[in-house]
Amino acid sequence: MPELNDTATARATATVSPAGTGDVTPEKPKKETSNSLWSNAWRDLRRRPVFIVSAVIILLLLAISAFPGWFTDADPKPGDLTHFLQKPNFSHIGDADWFGYDAQGRSIYARVIYGARASIIVGVVTTAIVTVLGMLIGMIAGYFGGWVDAVLSRLTDIFSGVPILLGSLVILQAFTGRTAWTVSAAIGVLGWTQITRVMRGAVITVKQADYVQAARALGAGSGRILMKHVLPNSLAPVIVVATISLGMYISLEATLSYLGIGIQNGISWGGDISDGSEQIRNALHVLLFPAGFLSVTVLAFIMLGDAVRDALDPKLR
Amino acid sequence: MAETGMKDEALSDVVASDASTTAEVEAVLDAPVERGEPILQVRNLVKHFPLTQGVLFKKQVGAVKAVDGVSFDLYQGETLGIVGESGCGKSTVAKLLMTLETATSGEVFYKGQDITKLSGRALKAVRRNIQMVFQDPYTSLNPRMTVGDIIGEPFDIHPEVAPKGDRRRRVQELLDVVGLNPEYINRYPHQFSGGQRQRIGIARGLALNPEIIICDEPVSALDVSVQAQVINLMEKLQDEFNLSYVFIAHDLSIVRHISDRVGVMYLGKLAEIGTDAEIYDHPTHPYTQALLSAVPVPDPEAREGRERIILTGDVPSPANPPSGCRFRTRCWKAQDKCAEEVPVLAVPEVFAGRSTLAAHESACHFAEEKDVVHAA
Ligand SMILES: Nc1ncnc2c1ncn2[C@@H]1O[C@H](COP(=O)(O)OP(=O)(O)OP(=O)(O)O)[C@@H](O)[C@H]1O
Ligand code: SF4
Ligand SMILES: [Mg+2]
Repeated sequence: MPELNDTATARATATVSPAGTGDVTPEKPKKETSNSLWSNAWRDLRRRPVFIVSAVIILLLLAISAFPGWFTDADPKPGDLTHFLQKPNFSHIGDADWFGYDAQGRSIYARVIYGARASIIVGVVTTAIVTVLGMLIGMIAGYFGGWVDAVLSRLTDIFSGVPILLGSLVILQAFTGRTAWTVSAAIGVLGWTQITRVMRGAVITVKQADYVQAARALGAGSGRILMKHVLPNSLAPVIVVATISLGMYISLEATLSYLGIGIQNGISWGGDISDGSEQIRNALHVLLFPAGFLSVTVLAFIMLGDAVRDALDPKLR
Repeated sequence: MAETGMKDEALSDVVASDASTTAEVEAVLDAPVERGEPILQVRNLVKHFPLTQGVLFKKQVGAVKAVDGVSFDLYQGETLGIVGESGCGKSTVAKLLMTLETATSGEVFYKGQDITKLSGRALKAVRRNIQMVFQDPYTSLNPRMTVGDIIGEPFDIHPEVAPKGDRRRRVQELLDVVGLNPEYINRYPHQFSGGQRQRIGIARGLALNPEIIICDEPVSALDVSVQAQVINLMEKLQDEFNLSYVFIAHDLSIVRHISDRVGVMYLGKLAEIGTDAEIYDHPTHPYTQALLSAVPVPDPEAREGRERIILTGDVPSPANPPSGCRFRTRCWKAQDKCAEEVPVLAVPEVFAGRSTLAAHESACHFAEEKDVVHAA
């Protein structure tokens, strides 16, 4: 985005000239130097407790995914049936028996820690694929309209007709060494239609707005109109849908694992949730911990999305 | 517009020949126009919006004839008011003048250069000189941009107009010119009232130092008390920056104050056009007379004996306008001829050659004066 950089430098130089004293703007701090949407949003975000909490949780989860060895010494793989469905011991914080053991006598704490990587990768990567594809296709269809829109919309219809679970099952059948990345790609290739529709609708609304006409009347090209006007004003619904569906993708991976077509030879919360659901009557904790981690992760991303969306709306600042 | 002088010959040269290269177009656009000379000449402008059926294979089943053969001149330094009911095609004319819509046919000559077929750099150069103020101050400003970015956007698009280091100062000057506190530069549009927002829109329109500003109902979304302030501001700016205005409104009383000439539109066509005095005091088209009879008159004596013309029926659909004269379905004078022949916009024969204010262009077969307003 060269345009954004351009204006950023323009502002940086512009602020050298004497600025106002700011006595008339009580809502805003006086010493504002930069004033683009994104930098204002960032300044605002840093003050939001919801953002801070969700960001801390997400950073922690990312650290767990990247370096599980930092968080536990226990090995998640080999089972020891002497620990069969052993109850958690909450005083042993960080130990192998902290969250108890599963039906194969494996440390649930270790499994939750080592399972984070696959689940987070599936959630984040699938959401990234789906959001990038969906925003791109939706924006092109909505902005350019005409036959481009007709072709892309029909393509969207075709893809959204395929049930994601069934479709990804069929696709994944073709792969032998299935990793979190293969699963993400399979879900992503089928899942982009929802964000495409949301984006297309938002773009069609925004592009008819007078301020877009005004920009065109000033001689702005399509690139500038898309980046400065259309994108910032159609982002809000996309953020909401994207963060909500992130959790859905993690659960979808769980279902695929349950059906035996998910990540192979790997540990994931999804796989453990399906294992745990078999023990739901005699040992609830086997289900509770992976499910709890999943819920907190999903919640953290939804909270992050909410905070970002609000920060991008000057009216809510 | 400081660099004039040397371009004088360029104008006559290039207008005569058919200017086609970008450089030639740009030379034409930089040329100055004398006060009172036509700066914009609109000829037979037509805009039909196709009505289509079918999802994948669209079939045209008709057209909304939003603008159907409109011609007028805009003279340098004047304000031309365009008045008409909702849906008669005023905004479409504005968008055609701004080349925001592509004309179905017809031409818009800016300094002799047809701008309807321009694209790329040449069009961008035209945009520097013709700007627009929009009707709704709530949707014409990007809610996610600060006032500084909104008014500064013209400089980002045309960097040659203001060097980067200078832009913040230029934006603050513009805020000052339109009567806003220059310290508001970091605020967002929602922190302003409607009238203030419209001032921001005007400042954006002024940024590139244009020659023409198309104002599409710039005050109709504002409170009456604020309307006068904004109109006064626009008049002040016109004198200060030597601007020519096309001022669109749906109501004759608003334009009277600001315009030098007025055109009355009905269903995509101009019914009547003339100077202030010609239109307000000597209207010859029945539609203008009806509109004027509905304008409130403050003087009770003038109100006495004043005939009110109440129009019956609805405005017909522009997708299927009446044959002949478009006003005939609501005209109390309509006769067979009106359904058969389209009246042309010209000085009516009865008045031709006579030195009366009634001798101005009017598209009616039976044009005649009718004293609807005694106020003047
Ligand atoms: N993009 C479009 N597609 C199809 N029809 C259109 C389009 N834009 C305008 N029209 C039609 O063209 C006609 C003229 O519209 P226009 O907006 O120019 O009217 P207007 O005189 O500005 O009215 P108002 O006073 O309500 O602003 C209307 O019948 C409208 O429905
Ligand atoms: S031409 Fe006929 S219908 Fe049209 S305005 Fe004149 S008298 Fe009325
Ligand atoms: Mg309009």
